[in-house]
Amino acid sequence: MKTQPAPLAAAPAMLGEGWEGAPGAALAIAADGSIIGLNQAARSVLPAAEPGDQLSASAPDWLSAADRAVRSGEIVPETAGAVGAQSFRAHPVVTADRSVMWWLEETTGLHASQEALRRERESTSFLHAASDALLSSLNASRTMEVAAELAAGRLADAAWVIAPVARGVHQAVLCLRGERPRTLSLRIRAEDIPGLAEALQGFPPVPSRWIDPIGLEPWIIPEGFGEAGPMVVTSLPGHGVPAGALVLLRHADRAEFSDEEEAVARLFASRVGAALSAAHLFEQQSAITDVLTSQLLPPALRRARGIDFAGVYRPAQETARLGGDFYDVHETEDGGTLVLLGDVCGQGLEAAVLTGKIRNTMQALLPLAGDHGRVLGLLNAALIGSGETRFASLVLASALREDDGVRLRLTRAGHLPPLVVRTDGRVEEVYGRGPVVGVLEAPEFETLEVRLEPGETCLLYTDGIIEARGGPMGGELFGEERLHRLLSECGGLPAEAVVERVVMVATQWLEASEHDDMAVLAITAPRVRS
Amino acid sequence: MHASPHPEAAAGSSDAIAEHAERLWQAVLAGDEHRAVDSVLGALTEGVPAEAILLDVVAATQRRVGLEWSLNRISVAQEHAATAINERVIVHLSARLPRPEITRAHVTVACVDGEWHALPARLLAEVLILRGFRIDYLGAQVPTPHLITHLHRTSPDVVALSGSLPTRLPVAHATITACQSAGTPVIVGGAAFGSRGQWAERLGAQAWAPTARAAADRLAEPLPRPAAHQPLDDLPHLMDQEYTMVTRGAAGLVRAVMTGLEDRIPAMRSYTDLQRQHTAEDVAHTVDFLSAALYVDDPALFLDFLTWTAQILEARSVPARSLVPALELLAGELRDFPRALGMLGRATELFVGSQR
Repeated sequence: MKTQPAPLAAAPAMLGEGWEGAPGAALAIAADGSIIGLNQAARSVLPAAEPGDQLSASAPDWLSAADRAVRSGEIVPETAGAVGAQSFRAHPVVTADRSVMWWLEETTGLHASQEALRRERESTSFLHAASDALLSSLNASRTMEVAAELAAGRLADAAWVIAPVARGVHQAVLCLRGERPRTLSLRIRAEDIPGLAEALQGFPPVPSRWIDPIGLEPWIIPEGFGEAGPMVVTSLPGHGVPAGALVLLRHADRAEFSDEEEAVARLFASRVGAALSAAHLFEQQSAITDVLTSQLLPPALRRARGIDFAGVYRPAQETARLGGDFYDVHETEDGGTLVLLGDVCGQGLEAAVLTGKIRNTMQALLPLAGDHGRVLGLLNAALIGSGETRFASLVLASALREDDGVRLRLTRAGHLPPLVVRTDGRVEEVYGRGPVVGVLEAPEFETLEVRLEPGETCLLYTDGIIEARGGPMGGELFGEERLHRLLSECGGLPAEAVVERVVMVATQWLEASEHDDMAVLAITAPRVRS
Repeated sequence: MHASPHPEAAAGSSDAIAEHAERLWQAVLAGDEHRAVDSVLGALTEGVPAEAILLDVVAATQRRVGLEWSLNRISVAQEHAATAINERVIVHLSARLPRPEITRAHVTVACVDGEWHALPARLLAEVLILRGFRIDYLGAQVPTPHLITHLHRTSPDVVALSGSLPTRLPVAHATITACQSAGTPVIVGGAAFGSRGQWAERLGAQAWAPTARAAADRLAEPLPRPAAHQPLDDLPHLMDQEYTMVTRGAAGLVRAVMTGLEDRIPAMRSYTDLQRQHTAEDVAHTVDFLSAALYVDDPALFLDFLTWTAQILEARSVPARSLVPALELLAGELRDFPRALGMLGRATELFVGSQR
């Protein structure tokens, strides 16, 4: 030992006590590998070690090996390893005579923290990825598949996502780890699986529940899974209504779900529940919207009574699919058809509702279709009488096959005049007198007659076409002149081609994505067989 | 051994098919819808395989229509009439085709938002139905929000998007990423994505196919699941805003070029309104293609367009060199935009060089 500085020279007893009671385990090893001494902490780490024994007799291999290395002259800064359930870092202090004092620093807590942090990070990143994947779809079946696959990949060896009963059946998705999810319809009683009925009810709220695999309904264990071990059922919480239940299965040889894993499973379940609730809400809303929209959309047109019809409708608010323009084609008692195309002032859903009323009214007035003036007069009265403040412009066209061609009776109610496109490209306006409907007390309307030869078209359209603003140099209205010029190139084209061409050119003309409602309808006399 | 070949084999032979294609072409050229439908239904009765009728007769005729127009042998009006007849033919044919059992994936077929050429998508849909796929055909004029709602409602395995014009690539990109955000992989096809599908990959599509047959083959295997991504992730060069500035200012660019052209080309001052409009539309078209090239950062997109335009002009006895003044004027307007300037420079070289 080195000479101590003077003040410490009188403190060997204190140093001795310090050594003995040090918080870290310490062992002094002689140059020959025998234990010179060990302190109290060291005795509790290595209870079998006695002074005089070889270190290698009672110390773990990692420490003995490092000790030999240090005593043979190697530089060993530190080493680490486990003794039983504890882990240590060991620091050697070498003296000139090759004896070594080993200081052991317990790192069990540190390791445990690091390990816990790593697991926590993994769980968080799993939950983030799960959220992303679950939120990508607003389709309930798809969301269930994604959830089952995520659960089987991370939380269990197999996972069920089971929906509440609907029409006597539970929709369910089963996924085994490494396989693609399978959708099934289960005719089961939820009560047969302990905890499942409660989880599906959602209220009162229940914690996740262990399931004893013994005596379990066989359907819950997938074919080929083998013996089932730990199983857990968790509720998938929704917005006031449970979205379903999650069942996790592990193989019999796997460890049970730890507290941490259960916590992650619950967090995962709450995300699944939220995503499923959103999907169900979306589906409900979509279904309602579909029903309402289908009532208000203009009909798909084709040939009727030997006459070709085609129409295109581009509402201003495209996401809503509905607007203030409308058209309809009806068959009439005289063997012909009545066509209407019009424009309610305003856009969007409210305007669309009024177009529905007008179309319904016109349908009721079909028996009077022989007298356009009378029909429009009655429509006018109906609108004024109902207290409706909006007005509408429209065109009526009665179309009837006459030999090879088509005879048209056209009446204009404040609307843009119909255009007739002859096969040689001439474009004629059919300008009859008549005001909009819904404003005047006793309006008068003029009906004009026109004949279409085979291949000729009568075009009805709304002002969204000619008021489209844009053009290559910007700021210009599409205008009637351009429309006429466009139609002059469409002589002899089939009805669908004419309407498509008109809407295509008008929408390409637009410089911004905003535009008024556009509707175009073509009545074409079919070409004859040659 | 039979002396005569099996009748179906003869019906499906490439000679027989070529004959049917010629017959359909003649009917379409004459604008005779009845004859066109009869000839195609006749081919079906004779035993020509349905897929061959769709792709080697009808599609072949449509390609020929496009080619003849580009060579100025048919007018725009004839081209529209021919396309309309081909579409009618497909409707009639489709009504007679067998609907086999569904054994394959569920595919939604749609055109890129703003695309009007629905025929390629329709042909693809019919071919896939024949091969046992479950098909939702949405066609053209499907705004992206509707497509996404449809995906959420029906949850198909794949979306197949068709696009014919490269100017729709930016919109196509938005459509592709939207489908992928809804968790659906996307396969794309059509001339919009490049002759080798080079722009399909750049926009993050899961797959690309050059023909309907290739698409049908590819879809026999599942597509990889898409990872969520943003357009800027795929195309970081968009950060320089050149694309945004050029598209926002497009109308102003066209006006400036028109003014400049009238200065340089005295004859233009006595143009009719219609002639001015057509010239302005040509310039606007050029700006659109330049924008698309800036979007995917590929000068080849712009140069290919100009080469094709030059061919169209030559077929109409207009010298290709007439494009140069507009290119030079655009370069003047866009002198602060290095990528755009580079592309315009290379384009000008193309024509100035060819004059020799």
